[in-house]
Amino acid sequence: MGVRVANESVLRRGATLVYEHIRLHPVPFAISVVGAGVFAGCTVLATVVLGRITDEVVIPVFETGQTGSWSLRFAVFALLSVSLLRVAGVVIRRYFAALTSERVQSSIRHRLVDQYLGLPLSWHQETPAGKLLAHADNDTEVATDVLHPLPFSLGVVFLVLFSAISLILVDLPLAIVALAIFPTLAFLNRIYTTTIEKPAAAVQASVGDVATVAHESFDGALVVKTLGRAKAEAQRFGSAVEELRDRRIRVGYIRATFEAILDSLPNIGIVVVMIVGAYRVDAGAVRPGELVQVASLFSVLAFPMRVFGYFLETVPPSVVAKDRLQGVLDKPLPPAMVHSAEVADGPLEVEVRNVSFSYGETAPVLDDVTFSIKGGEVVAIIGSTGEGKSTLAHLVTGLVPPDSGTILVGRVPLDELSAEARTELIGLVFQESFLFADTLRFNIDLQGTHSENEVLKAARIASAAAFVDEMPKGFDTIVGERGVTLSGGQRQRVALARALLQRPRLLILDDATSAVDAKVEQEILSSLRSELDMTTLIVAQRVSTITLADRVVFLRDGKIAAAGRHEDLLHLPAYRDLVTAYEEAAK
Amino acid sequence: MTATKPPVASLNETDEISEGAISVLRRGLVATPELKSGLRIVVIMGLLIAFGRLAIPVLIERSLSQGMTIVDAGMQGRESEVEVNIGLVVGLSLTALVLIVFSAVGTLFVQRRLVVQAERGIANLRQQAFVKVHELSIADHTETRRGVLVARVTSDAESLARFAQWGLYAWSIHPTVILGTFAVLAYYSWQIAAVVALSLAPVVPILKWLQRRQLEAYDNYRTSVGDMLTGFSEAVMGAAVVRAYGAESRTRDRLRSAIYNRYRARMRANTYMAGVFVVGDIFGALAFSMALIFGVRFREAWGLTSSELVACLFLIVLLNGPIAELGEVLDQTQTAIAGWRKILGLLDHQTDVLAPIAGLEIPSGAVEIQARGVGFSYRNSSPVLTKINITIPGGASVAIVGQTGSGKSTFATLLCRLADPTVGEVRLNGIDLRQASADSRHRSVRMVSQDGFLFDSTIRENVRFGRQGASDSDVQAAFDRLELGWWLEKLANGIDTEVGERGDNLSVGERQLVALARAALADPGLLILDEATSAVDPETDQALTTAIRNLAQGRTLVSIAHRLATAEAADLVLVFDQGLLVQQGSHSQLVDRPGIYRGLHQAWVGNTQADSYK
Repeated sequence: MGVRVANESVLRRGATLVYEHIRLHPVPFAISVVGAGVFAGCTVLATVVLGRITDEVVIPVFETGQTGSWSLRFAVFALLSVSLLRVAGVVIRRYFAALTSERVQSSIRHRLVDQYLGLPLSWHQETPAGKLLAHADNDTEVATDVLHPLPFSLGVVFLVLFSAISLILVDLPLAIVALAIFPTLAFLNRIYTTTIEKPAAAVQASVGDVATVAHESFDGALVVKTLGRAKAEAQRFGSAVEELRDRRIRVGYIRATFEAILDSLPNIGIVVVMIVGAYRVDAGAVRPGELVQVASLFSVLAFPMRVFGYFLETVPPSVVAKDRLQGVLDKPLPPAMVHSAEVADGPLEVEVRNVSFSYGETAPVLDDVTFSIKGGEVVAIIGSTGEGKSTLAHLVTGLVPPDSGTILVGRVPLDELSAEARTELIGLVFQESFLFADTLRFNIDLQGTHSENEVLKAARIASAAAFVDEMPKGFDTIVGERGVTLSGGQRQRVALARALLQRPRLLILDDATSAVDAKVEQEILSSLRSELDMTTLIVAQRVSTITLADRVVFLRDGKIAAAGRHEDLLHLPAYRDLVTAYEEAAK
Repeated sequence: MTATKPPVASLNETDEISEGAISVLRRGLVATPELKSGLRIVVIMGLLIAFGRLAIPVLIERSLSQGMTIVDAGMQGRESEVEVNIGLVVGLSLTALVLIVFSAVGTLFVQRRLVVQAERGIANLRQQAFVKVHELSIADHTETRRGVLVARVTSDAESLARFAQWGLYAWSIHPTVILGTFAVLAYYSWQIAAVVALSLAPVVPILKWLQRRQLEAYDNYRTSVGDMLTGFSEAVMGAAVVRAYGAESRTRDRLRSAIYNRYRARMRANTYMAGVFVVGDIFGALAFSMALIFGVRFREAWGLTSSELVACLFLIVLLNGPIAELGEVLDQTQTAIAGWRKILGLLDHQTDVLAPIAGLEIPSGAVEIQARGVGFSYRNSSPVLTKINITIPGGASVAIVGQTGSGKSTFATLLCRLADPTVGEVRLNGIDLRQASADSRHRSVRMVSQDGFLFDSTIRENVRFGRQGASDSDVQAAFDRLELGWWLEKLANGIDTEVGERGDNLSVGERQLVALARAALADPGLLILDEATSAVDPETDQALTTAIRNLAQGRTLVSIAHRLATAEAADLVLVFDQGLLVQQGSHSQLVDRPGIYRGLHQAWVGNTQADSYK
């Protein structure tokens, strides 16, 4: 009984889901249901017409040479009009059912877009990208799958109703025998749904596994090649694929069994109707044509009944997919800042007070960090690999809030600034430059509000103008996904131009020139020096970059080990070892 | 030996649909022989199932013609008297029942058989496609959107699987059922059969036309889905950039229009679909009317009885079912054919880098590199490398330097055969790389690239990928040889730390450390480091330089770095500029000579030495 209860709750949740979906776009759905109703009515009507034609046209003509109460012309007219009306019903149902489901999908995707763009960065860092992409793709699709067969299934309800009426009009005893088929079909459909639910869910899980392996493996194509792991990867993929195959075969077996039964049930019904009918005809209660009508009704019922089963089948996966979506859609968006605090003109001061930060449950990356930067000052953050330098850069930009402590920019706490204000004031160049699959202009001017001249100027300072000029389409050159058609150094220069374009009053460079070769880096640094009318925070590895700074903040074990002028810090052995490694090696 | 590359179509291309469904089917059956082997038995069973289906109209006809005799047909049906031979009707009915049960069992058998064969075929196809993707050159990978490649082994294959669960059965059985129905129809009256056939004939060209349009519509739809997913992937992967630059509203607009485009494309496909479905219905009604008119008019000339005509009419009604269901599955059939064609297109894609049939072994030990007249260009663009001639003795430590875009990375790519030279040849220990077996190449050459991609597993497992069958202690030893024990100790879970998707839990520099450890585990004769420590801090980098030099004892080491510390320490420096090898020699030889190297080195020294700005 436990399974039954679970199944019922799935159906109830399915009903809620259907309601929520339809509420978004009720009109096309209603039209679609009307179409389904027309289809159902005409389907039953067509069998009545067939029976009448047998009785009023065919039999009389053959017996007496004359038609009965229907003329041949009327018979053809009735038949064609019922058929065309039925066709119209089908077209309306199909088109508007698709329209409903597609519009609901678009609505869900719009909401996902709002969530993906509105939720804080920390949420993105905790949520696997693959999962978010699956929400927008397969989950949305599966969640609305239920809407496709739904109007047809509602049509089937009409169909059953109309069939019952038409059967009762023919002959009550015959109708009782014939109608027994509906509860039988419903019962079998029910067993079918229950049986297939778990194996079908297993298939869905396997589909996910296969996609995950493929995604990861193709992402790492270069590493797979250089390690010669193609065969091992094929094996890994193969075992995921084989599991999916076996699970699908299992579902296929269950489906085949039920399909065979459901398929033959109407035919068995006809046989029963013929036997019972023979007695009723003999008794004079039923005409032969009416028997034909009942028999043909059964033959047209087979397919719609299967659609009903198909609808029930789509409910559990749709419910599961909707649950997954709901996990994201229900996340409350951070409230938009109505009033942003005012910040005085000129280069911004920065004050970091007792800031700590950790990723998840791990040891803190930053532990009670305090330092300040005067307006217009250039400060370098130095530390070993994995010391939390990038994290600090993200915190000062306001992308991620600290676990504890405060950060003030221009004497205003970051959390009192609106996102727009922060964006305008602070420019961060990320360590890994992310480019969009669009033109270079788009990638530099992400807001699309700057003039051609401003873009050109930013590109020139970032030493990007020269290589852009060499491209046939210049700033209109489209870069590949994530900028793959550019070299690492070129990507970094585009990303730098992006930050300079908005003339930020605080510029944060997170090891932003690591992939640029020495000569170009020197060009960039010198043009930055001449452009520096802002406060600059640089995460750096190279001594040349460090010497650009007025002061150095030295991070070690998540704390500030020292801060001060580069020359002064060189007295600290730990600092000297870190920054002068190359110089020492050259000697 | 000059090998010219064949012109290769981009894998992204989706607009070419010169190929019809039949041709896809023919090619598809070659790629998946599993489907073919099940075919004959299915056709035979289909015939038997068709018999079962036809039992019903025959039962009705027999019952009406022989079981029920109209004794006195009055003008009003109610008043006519019908004499019923109950025994005969029951006997006929029971015979029909047996046929129906038989047909059900046959359906069950055929369905199962079809699912098994189809699923095996699809699994095989997926695996072939997966292997093929890894055979594609790096140039292909760069050019092709990642989502497109993933779609070939996921959603495209999924569309085939969905088809296999339902549509395939319909296509295997219903044509036989339709033909069988016609046969019975012709048995009653070949004239009626001819009338019906003629009335239904226009369905075929109309459906063909609709199908072609629909195929186009589906391909457009798939492209629009790809665009939308790219947009979503950017909003997710670029979440930090979007927030840092206030690009939310622009990203939202772009995504909304991509969502709308997908919706439009899908609805266009759906419109054709709605048309496809009803064509059969309309012509079915027409055929019925024609049969009725002709049957009544020519009843005597064609020697028809009333029950025969009723049976004929019933058979025509019966035709509607299979035709309608074929229409219903046409939707998924189109999707499946489009998906199938795309997978086959991938399989047929000409690989730039072909594995030799009987590969040669690269002799073990430090690898001597010979490049003879090597040139390279991507597709139709201008050459990246021109006439590179160099011999690097086994065991040498070589640094390749040059500005961004000078061709230095491309040269490294050719050394590990991520691509083949467009002209000329690369020999390792005397063996042309194109002739070397893949296994031997992987054993002899190991490259560590700048992008330290890691698999979503622990550090230990990621390093273990460096050599098959490496033990835990081997993995630990790899870190020890690089003197990176201190770094592992800093991590909460040490060597068993989960690195996350693509290695995202680690910083860029940390990922590079893992990639190096992976290389240290292997025992290659040639080790290539392409900016392998670009994101590592200077102190660690210097420590690694020493460790790598020790590691490279008895091997050839080729390093590409913009940090010229590497060049200072190398036996031989190769300077690339605009695709040419412009200078070669040791650091001390080159540093005082006027030329590119001196310029690069001065810039580097300026970068590393604090006092240069004072």
